[in-house]
Amino acid sequence: MSSILMHAPALIIALPLLAAFLTPILSRFNGKKISWFVSAVLGITLLLTLYMAGHILIDGPLIYVFGGSEAGLTLPSGYNFPIRIIFQIDAMGIFMALITAVVSFLAAIYSITYMEEHTGLDKYYTLLLLLATSMFGMEITGDIFNFFVFFEIASISSVALISFRSTISGEPAEAGLKYMVVSSISALMVLFAIGLFYGQYDALNIAAIASFMQYTQLDKIALILFVTVLAMKSGAVPMHMWTPDAYSEAPAAITMVLVAASQASLYALFRIIFTIYNITLNTVTVGWIIIILGVLSMFIGVTMAIIQKDIKRLMAYHAISQTGYMLLGVGVGMAVLADPQALESFGISAMEGGIFHIMNHAMYKGLLFLTAGALFYRTGTRDLSKMGGLANKMNYTTIFFIIGAAAIAGIPPFNGFASKLIIYESVFQFNPLLSIIAMLVSILTLASFVKVFHSAFLGPQLEEYKTVQEVPKSMVLAMGVLAVIIVFFGLFPDIIVKNLVHPAVMALINQSRYTSTILGGM
Amino acid sequence: MIGNFPFVAVVIMLGLGIYSLMFKKNLIKIAIGLTLIESGANLFLIALGYRKGSVAPIYTMAPEGAKMALPTPQALCLTSIVIGVATTALVLSIIMIIYKKYGTLNTDEIRRLRG
Repeated sequence: MSSILMHAPALIIALPLLAAFLTPILSRFNGKKISWFVSAVLGITLLLTLYMAGHILIDGPLIYVFGGSEAGLTLPSGYNFPIRIIFQIDAMGIFMALITAVVSFLAAIYSITYMEEHTGLDKYYTLLLLLATSMFGMEITGDIFNFFVFFEIASISSVALISFRSTISGEPAEAGLKYMVVSSISALMVLFAIGLFYGQYDALNIAAIASFMQYTQLDKIALILFVTVLAMKSGAVPMHMWTPDAYSEAPAAITMVLVAASQASLYALFRIIFTIYNITLNTVTVGWIIIILGVLSMFIGVTMAIIQKDIKRLMAYHAISQTGYMLLGVGVGMAVLADPQALESFGISAMEGGIFHIMNHAMYKGLLFLTAGALFYRTGTRDLSKMGGLANKMNYTTIFFIIGAAAIAGIPPFNGFASKLIIYESVFQFNPLLSIIAMLVSILTLASFVKVFHSAFLGPQLEEYKTVQEVPKSMVLAMGVLAVIIVFFGLFPDIIVKNLVHPAVMALINQSRYTSTILGGM
Repeated sequence: MIGNFPFVAVVIMLGLGIYSLMFKKNLIKIAIGLTLIESGANLFLIALGYRKGSVAPIYTMAPEGAKMALPTPQALCLTSIVIGVATTALVLSIIMIIYKKYGTLNTDEIRRLRG
């Protein structure tokens, strides 16, 4: 491995972070070209992530120790537990980092023309880069306090991005405030739970905490705090009130990144219950709690979505509903974690469905939000009742919308079908009722998107949209890449599940592998 | 008992903060509630690292064999304070924008996003 690539784990944090603070300086010289600079930086980050993914999936987890004499030295002589900040990237972490890299790169490409007319672009791109940095940080760090820091950076930058356009009207600021309150409480409760861990085990490293875990009364309190606030940040149902506001008021490209940011919280939830607690906790109870959160999210999300008139609000409620599928799949895996036979026969495949759905969701929901942005860009409204007859004028957008809508409704041969089928099959063996609810929700999703398609794209051409054209090339390109990924995943799900999703699930389930990478054979 | 007093204070601060978040209608009071929770979490971290009669953890200056306070929670707390400043500044500036656009700070009247 050449020397610079050895530092890839640090570079995917350092590069966007450095670029974030270079952006305001560079935009003094040439404000118009700054979007290209940001896209290039995020493109390089994507390449680095792909390189690391290849390395991790072949050679196993990657460790990077900050401040150590060498990158792989986790235990300096005389220490039983790691004292330095360590980045530990296993198959699950890199799986999430890939989503983040793709999504943030495409958001930058899309923004080149989408945000062209706006002022204050240097701040917009600084915040976008910071958001990308913090999501990478949350996904690859092996240190729980480090996770808190990135969690806070993610909240602050995404709040500022949500309320980015509040100079025109008050609504983005209102949505931003809601999200800020939710994420501040979440982050502080995470900090409190970290304090509970540190008070008991004197460790901040996730692997070290996992190996010392006693599951005392205090750990139960910490577990409750983690599950509540991370489910809240990922938009699961009883705590979902911020999701539609934040998703609908943010600029379209940012909404796509926000979906990925919510999934980074979801990843943190899975990382904590699987890696830190694993089978020490009462897996059946916790598993059922997650399943119930998931089923509620699926059902309430989709029923709220059907009555919406604002296209982005409707999609935001669908995002809640789809989060339910991930929770359902992984929850079933959690519930049978202590039972090796059930885990082997359907638990692992349920988790594969849930985890695969995370990536699929990021892709098709990103595509759908981008098409909503394209409609907004040309028509200036998000209200479905004011749109109509756009299919003739915006051919590419129409095709991309159909692909995205078919994928979210679980129609073959798109990627949503692939992951939903795995979830249906495996959950059916666990509890048939859950599987039936999941299918019902899928049908309601289809109904709701047929309505959107009908009211936005079909029907007679409206007078005020006579001059509407297709959106500019950079937006088409960003949507096109997502559409290609969706179709590819839909046609060849086996390749993805075998090479990317299955290692990720095994990395979650196998706790001792995670701890022994850091602590040796303790 | 007296050693546990900081933890009692932590619980009181968290409780007051959550109370003001849930039941207060004024946005500024909600912002105060957030800072209260943050102070509670910081106090919790600091209280974890304290031992009675301990000295500051500076190896070159501490007397021989003296007990030292644990420095890590203090480092954590410092980081958290810095983040807290940024959060508070952002919350307050968003509240300013809301006041400009809506002309009120009452949460019952700031409800354009619904459904």
